[in-house]
Amino acid sequence: MDWIKTLKLLTALAGVSGRETTVAEMAKKLLESTCDQVEIYQGNVCGYIGHRTSSKPHILLDAHLDQVGFFVTAITENGFVRVGNIGGLDYRLMPAQRVILHGKEEISGVISCVPPHLQDGKEHVPSVTELAIDTGYPKEMLEKILSPGDAVSFDMPLQRLENGCVTGASLDDRCGMAAILYALEQLQGQDLSCTISVLFSTQEEVGERGAMIGAYRVNPDIALAVDVTFAKGHGDDPTKCGKLGGGPMIGISPSLSPEISRDLIATAKKNRIPWQPEVMSGMTGTNADRFSVTREGVLTGTVSIPLRYMHTPSELIQISDLEATGKLLTAYLLQ
Amino acid sequence: MLKHLQELCNLCGCSGDESEIRQYIIRILERTNGVSWEIDPLGNLLVQKRGASRAPHRLMVSAHMDEVGLIVTHIFSDGTLSVAAVGGVDASVVIGRQVLVGKNHIPGVIGVKPVHLLTDEEKKMIPEFGGFVLDIGAENREQAEEIAPPGTYVYFMSNFRQFGKECICSKAIDDRVGCALLLYLLEQETPYDFTGAFLVQEEIGLRGAKTAAYTIAPDFALVLEATTAADLVDAKEDEKVCTLGKGPVISFMDHSTIYDSALVQMAFSIGKVHDIPCQTKSRIAGGNDSGAIHLSRGGVRTLSVSLPCRYLHSPASVANLADIDALSKFLPLLVTQMLQIPHKDSI
Repeated sequence: MDWIKTLKLLTALAGVSGRETTVAEMAKKLLESTCDQVEIYQGNVCGYIGHRTSSKPHILLDAHLDQVGFFVTAITENGFVRVGNIGGLDYRLMPAQRVILHGKEEISGVISCVPPHLQDGKEHVPSVTELAIDTGYPKEMLEKILSPGDAVSFDMPLQRLENGCVTGASLDDRCGMAAILYALEQLQGQDLSCTISVLFSTQEEVGERGAMIGAYRVNPDIALAVDVTFAKGHGDDPTKCGKLGGGPMIGISPSLSPEISRDLIATAKKNRIPWQPEVMSGMTGTNADRFSVTREGVLTGTVSIPLRYMHTPSELIQISDLEATGKLLTAYLLQ
Repeated sequence: MLKHLQELCNLCGCSGDESEIRQYIIRILERTNGVSWEIDPLGNLLVQKRGASRAPHRLMVSAHMDEVGLIVTHIFSDGTLSVAAVGGVDASVVIGRQVLVGKNHIPGVIGVKPVHLLTDEEKKMIPEFGGFVLDIGAENREQAEEIAPPGTYVYFMSNFRQFGKECICSKAIDDRVGCALLLYLLEQETPYDFTGAFLVQEEIGLRGAKTAAYTIAPDFALVLEATTAADLVDAKEDEKVCTLGKGPVISFMDHSTIYDSALVQMAFSIGKVHDIPCQTKSRIAGGNDSGAIHLSRGGVRTLSVSLPCRYLHSPASVANLADIDALSKFLPLLVTQMLQIPHKDSI
């Protein structure tokens, strides 16, 4: 798989939670080459592989479609756009941040700020209701393009860095989608002792909502949430983070199935795939929290890609981690 | 003019590092009639424009080539880099951005601890330099040092674009717009001689202007700048300082200079006669090369004309095309009239 090409395809489209249609259509197209059947149901993209029977376990692979961002809430008298946040955002980095507003057409915006020349020493980190987006349009024109409820996403292109690192907005969780697409490619033509569903789910960032209804519909025996987790950046607490380039992090948690964690670790070891443990003391903060309690209960695990600067417009991952994640998923499904 | 502006904004040159901009300007000057130039020891590009006739006195028209940015100060063992601001840059407009590193424009990001790992207190703290690092993906100090040794400049990502109805959005509009206007002025046939000065190191304390003004020894000076517009969402009329779309800004005073009032009046009357809207600043704010120029040698009668610009010193400044258009019409008129002043003390 050409990782950069796939990531570019997936990150070029915005899919703020609840507004994932464009990226869902793209995901559906990408799944069609490897899945027997693909559907978009209640916003979620589901792909199915294999004829489902009771003799084979049915495994769900999930990555979420959506990304953090904003919704338009109002247009002010002098033509600025007020917003509400979608997902957890860091308001310290909002001043002069570039955004795209997804109205009847896509327009550029800049989050307004006061330059150093005019500051009076009383500056504070803005709250979301204080943010105002400048679009360069007067109110009358803006009202024809934008309506309350339209999505606003960070405007930051995918960019390659040293050592196979990549940065951009929405790598959380488009890179998880890419890892799953890689695994499906590897599995093509292979004899499987399981059947597979892929779920590219909506609204993870606002409370794993797409995962709830998606897993109900798919009704799997086993579910793996493929998401991102904290890679240690400079000065970060090493006990709370994984290592960039250290391979996928396999979740170990009271809320996850110990068998699945154990099998994933065994698979990584057997296939000499680099991996790291990610021990969580309760919930995982991923779609796995919903999968494990779907219907009568589902055996659930997490496979997480280490990522720096989460929920900023400049998230950073290393392709080697992505590839190792794809390999781990492949090897696990082949067992 | 707009083509110059776009190209110049997308070039990278922080204070003390203006060569990319200087080279671009020289390339244009090489195919321009009636100009000769020299580069002074600091890197100022001083251009003598030969007009149709000799002027009664010496006029220096200036713009500064440098933009604000960052500089690498230290490399950590994990391959991340510590940076400091070159010029007045708020940490808040740096964090979470993509940047270009060094002469080869290697991409990097300014990383911050993810919001999930911040304490409630940290979330409310204004970010400061030292609290974040530059990340180019390097694995260790050695690798990072090869690409970006201490002293390497770091630039905002080049990103000029059309914006909204009639605006542009880019880094470095301050003061590539001045450079573009001055270059455009030098490309025209002019009635009189004058000196164009593309200056260095404005953003760290008006340093290029000091030596250039000494060398040129002008009677009059005209400084072309971008100035801060705060016509923002909740701004009351007097808080706006100046407003996009209301034309060139002619200030009577800022933190560096009290401008020559006869020249200020002259500029406004030109605007009136030629139906070019002009505005002044409703607050005493900012400062520019005038601060160094008007105190050069025995004193220089100085005027500054600026483009109103939102979000100055950020990667996403916003300016209005109608204002730029008005400036490019206004400046030749202004320069001609300044050169027609019979004697340097006569107005």
